[in-house]
Amino acid sequence: MDVAIVGIGIHPFGRTPGLSGLQQGAYAARLALKDAGVEWKDMQFGFGGSASAGSADAMVNELGLTGLPFINVANGCATGGSALISAFNAIKSGEYDIGMVTGFDKHDRGAFNADPKQMGIDEWYGEVGLMMTTQFFAMKIQRYMDTYGISNNTLAKVAQKAFSNGAKNPNAWRREEIPLEVISQSPMISHPLTKFMFCAPGEGGVALILCRADIARRYTDKPIYLKSAAVRSRRYGSFEVFAPSQALQQVDGPTVDASKAAFEAAGLGPQDIDVLQLQDTESGAEVMHMAENGFCEHGEQEALIQAGETGIDGKLPINTDGGCLANGEPIGATGLRQVYETCVQLRGEAGERQVPSAPKVGYTHVYGAPGISAVTILQR
Amino acid sequence: MYKQIPIAEGLFTWPSETPALLGSRCRSCNIAEFPRKPSCPACGSEDVVTEELPRRGKLWTWTIQGFMPKKPYHSDETPETFTPFGVGYVELPGAVCVESRLLENDPAKLKIGMEMELVVETFRHDDAGNPVMSFAFKAAE
Ligand SMILES: [Zn+2]
Repeated sequence: MDVAIVGIGIHPFGRTPGLSGLQQGAYAARLALKDAGVEWKDMQFGFGGSASAGSADAMVNELGLTGLPFINVANGCATGGSALISAFNAIKSGEYDIGMVTGFDKHDRGAFNADPKQMGIDEWYGEVGLMMTTQFFAMKIQRYMDTYGISNNTLAKVAQKAFSNGAKNPNAWRREEIPLEVISQSPMISHPLTKFMFCAPGEGGVALILCRADIARRYTDKPIYLKSAAVRSRRYGSFEVFAPSQALQQVDGPTVDASKAAFEAAGLGPQDIDVLQLQDTESGAEVMHMAENGFCEHGEQEALIQAGETGIDGKLPINTDGGCLANGEPIGATGLRQVYETCVQLRGEAGERQVPSAPKVGYTHVYGAPGISAVTILQR
Repeated sequence: MYKQIPIAEGLFTWPSETPALLGSRCRSCNIAEFPRKPSCPACGSEDVVTEELPRRGKLWTWTIQGFMPKKPYHSDETPETFTPFGVGYVELPGAVCVESRLLENDPAKLKIGMEMELVVETFRHDDAGNPVMSFAFKAAE
């Protein structure tokens, strides 16, 4: 049984003081239902999650108490991706015809402050100042730049593109272009990454309606088929966040593993992808994730980015909605935002930020602590 | 009299003239881990032994923490007195790659591959005024 996405909804990302995270999720859910021309009572299941905004199943209080099975998903930055995979499998199994996936969040300002104990790490690690995701990303790109010759200017260009795409996206948080020099010269957060090269914790909500592919045209004339979805966790030897020590010999990380699994299940390869959304917690992540997901060789990013090939008009359009850099990071919603954007692009409804080549196949990728990755491949 | 207190028990040999980090090594697959764990992260075996890790190694990667971290960060500093600090991974040969604060915080003086050595120094003071000791790496002499 194939699976189609027939309804999509989003609450604008950024800061919405008047609405809870849950209410932003419910707002997205109502839009998704409307988009598919269905009602909440038609939903046979729900999967959803948030990291800081409460239990997703409390959403039934907003949308109506219909008795449907609603399962909360909590899987860090891969929460949205994990909810989507759960729904994908629920429909593939033949058990359900149609249901909803939702992800939303609302975080406080400033850097995430992680609790070492929750990650199975002793207190001293946080006390001496090592419990910082920002340090991990900086140290990973620092070594990557040294090994593969990526320049500081390329890091700034990634952020510049994100804000430029965000300026064309009515649902983005950061909607103003920022000049390259301002990005490069903004305060150094964690060398070599400056303030404007990092995304910030934020708010937002996304909902998707999924159904059996054979009934998709009842709901929309533009169904988007979920060709594959894969989640992987880290293996011993991959360099991951919150690691007091790591192996001397490196192995591929969960992104590489999830990407390979998703391509294999879809029967497609990187050359088939027309539009991509890659986790860009900071500029360096986008650079490294290009190669980890198989879209170029390590080191080729320098020339590709300098030539503008990752822009909306380039041959490898990445993070067309502005990514995490322009949308912020509401943990529960990020993965589904990427899927939302891919559906909009494949439907040809992205307006000013539409990839011009009438894209047919899209790709999404999230990565998060403590070393998990989720990938989806979508086709119209 | 003030007493030097290690920030955590079993993290490094203390008191000692030449302190070393304490790791665990798996007797079935020979993988080393820091800090000590009751089982092996690679194979899950519980047949692990404690060993002193090498005191010198090469800098694998680094960054500078530019702003004062929120809790659980716990130093003597205030936002006004906070000084950016270096962080890096140091490859300890034959053992494991360890994450640590670095004594150096000038990007111009840090280079991947440079030789580093372990130091144990006062990190903060407890409520009674006793120095709380933690480890860091500095450029080897
Ligand atoms: Zn072992």
